[in-house]
Amino acid sequence: MLYALKIASRYMTSNKAQSALLIFGVAVGVFIFIFMSALIGGLADYILSRTAGDLSHVTIEAEARVPSLLLPDEKGAVLLVQKKDTSREARLSSVDAFIPVIEQLPGVKAVSREITGGGFLKRGVQSAQVSVTGVEPAKVSAIINLKSYLVAGTVDLGPGKVLIGKKLADDMSYRLGQTVELQADTGISQSLIVSGIYEIGSGGPDRRQVYVSLAVARTLFALPQGVSRVEIKLADLYQADATTARIKAITGLPATSWTENAAQLLDALKAQAQTGLMLKSFALITIVIGIASALLLSTYRRRPEIGIMRAMGAPRSFVVTVFVIQGAMIGLAGGLLGAGLGYLVLLAFPGREAFKPGNLPIDITQGAYGLAILLTVISATLASILPARAASRVDPVTAIGQ
Amino acid sequence: MTEPLLDVRDLWKTFGEGDAATQVLKGLNLTMAHGEMSALLGPSGSGKSTLLTILGTLMRPTSGRHTMLGQDLTSASDEDLTEFRNRHIGFVFQFHNLLPDFTALENVILPTAVREGRETSAARARGRELLVRMGLADRMDYLATSLSGGQKQRVAVARALMNSPELVLADEPTGNLDRAAANQVMETIDRLNREEGTTFLISTHDDKIAARCRRQILVGDGQVTG
Repeated sequence: MLYALKIASRYMTSNKAQSALLIFGVAVGVFIFIFMSALIGGLADYILSRTAGDLSHVTIEAEARVPSLLLPDEKGAVLLVQKKDTSREARLSSVDAFIPVIEQLPGVKAVSREITGGGFLKRGVQSAQVSVTGVEPAKVSAIINLKSYLVAGTVDLGPGKVLIGKKLADDMSYRLGQTVELQADTGISQSLIVSGIYEIGSGGPDRRQVYVSLAVARTLFALPQGVSRVEIKLADLYQADATTARIKAITGLPATSWTENAAQLLDALKAQAQTGLMLKSFALITIVIGIASALLLSTYRRRPEIGIMRAMGAPRSFVVTVFVIQGAMIGLAGGLLGAGLGYLVLLAFPGREAFKPGNLPIDITQGAYGLAILLTVISATLASILPARAASRVDPVTAIGQ
Repeated sequence: MTEPLLDVRDLWKTFGEGDAATQVLKGLNLTMAHGEMSALLGPSGSGKSTLLTILGTLMRPTSGRHTMLGQDLTSASDEDLTEFRNRHIGFVFQFHNLLPDFTALENVILPTAVREGRETSAARARGRELLVRMGLADRMDYLATSLSGGQKQRVAVARALMNSPELVLADEPTGNLDRAAANQVMETIDRLNREEGTTFLISTHDDKIAARCRRQILVGDGQVTG
């Protein structure tokens, strides 16, 4: 093995230009692999952070109320069409007792109780229909990171404060510190001060969503007790289904996972991951073909030398070992060079904390450097088996006579 | 009676098939004793090189019996033949056939290194000793490509002797050298034969080389004729 390693090394160094070119070719393949890993991984994280990352991963919500019907006691059929009540006037009255239990579940990052409902934001004769969410002031950024989307003010949801979206502020010409009137669909109104303006980048929330404190929401929606829903943020959003099942089992509450309403997003992420996998596979195939063809040429060029070694009593396995080691060395050298190049190039891109719309969301931490090197060495080794076997079958008499 | 070093009986070798078949060896018989220094003579196409190749276990005969050191080599497996060749047979080719990217010393110890899988200090010592005896003490670390023709051929002789084989087969070992270099090589071979008792079978067209050998084996039309 050591002697085979020596011969393989000598073959590598005897033709430096050819070896360097081959290693560089492998390095380019590895670079593509790493770049795609960082891009696909970063893109997936970015999409998730901009979508599911700002969602509640598990939501406990009161069932919609279905009013009972009094049917006339007469013969004949009664045809009735009733629109489902989508307002969440129903309350989760017993949920408070379970909050500490849910908070202790593994993977649970934050639990936020909320009261939601519809309303109108008024300013003079102007009026805009809005969705109102009442949250605990300390947890205003627990589910959706409102703080990161602030364009003016603070996320202070003290008594009498409201947070509004930028589009709504623009439409209604609201400014920071201005007093607005919020009228709930219960008919109850309250004057509130705009303490912060956020811009999520999505038309719906930026134009129709306002946040108030849980205490203000209780007043507006006349809910002295209970909440409309509980939103739960997890450390790993892919654990949502399992955590949902646990919450249901432990509390008996109607919990739903974000994945139930995000099948399309999951499909898109899967398709994106598969695309990345295909591109990385192509990079690996390129490496395999490149190394196999280069080693085939090398074994052809070295046929006389192989013949000499065979004539001197080198077993076929020894010849195979020489060329397999050579393949592995090319893979290792190309892998290390490609990984180094990849890392250096990815350094030029902003980190994951600085992802902005319009930029390539490349995450340097997802370059899969070790995996790229490992797969390259394995691929290069496998690619060298065919040329190595061909070399071992060289007839020494014919080869020496060349 | 002492057992011969090698013995071939009724050796046939045919290349090709059908109408294209060419019989090169036709029932050849040959016996060689330990310590012989023999020249293999004959016109081109007489079968000398084919015989050397078969005796060197690089090729199998079409039929016949080939024994060396009491072992029947005609029925041995490829792996066994490779090991046998490594331990008991040395080769010197007309064109030195050294590995160009390796030094003289590295070329010499090749037969031991491929068997042991590494270059041991004992192998290096043996390689140095052989190169000193070949008069190449100052050329040990030179790449094969930087040596003269005669020096390369002496390195090839040293390589053939590395594993202390019982038989060295030399195919026109001086055919590519000038007279002075050829004499140097032959003197080395002659000395090794006398001092170490290594058996040499040298294929040659050169009468002067043949005259330095104690036995001349004449091959003609695929048989030993004298």
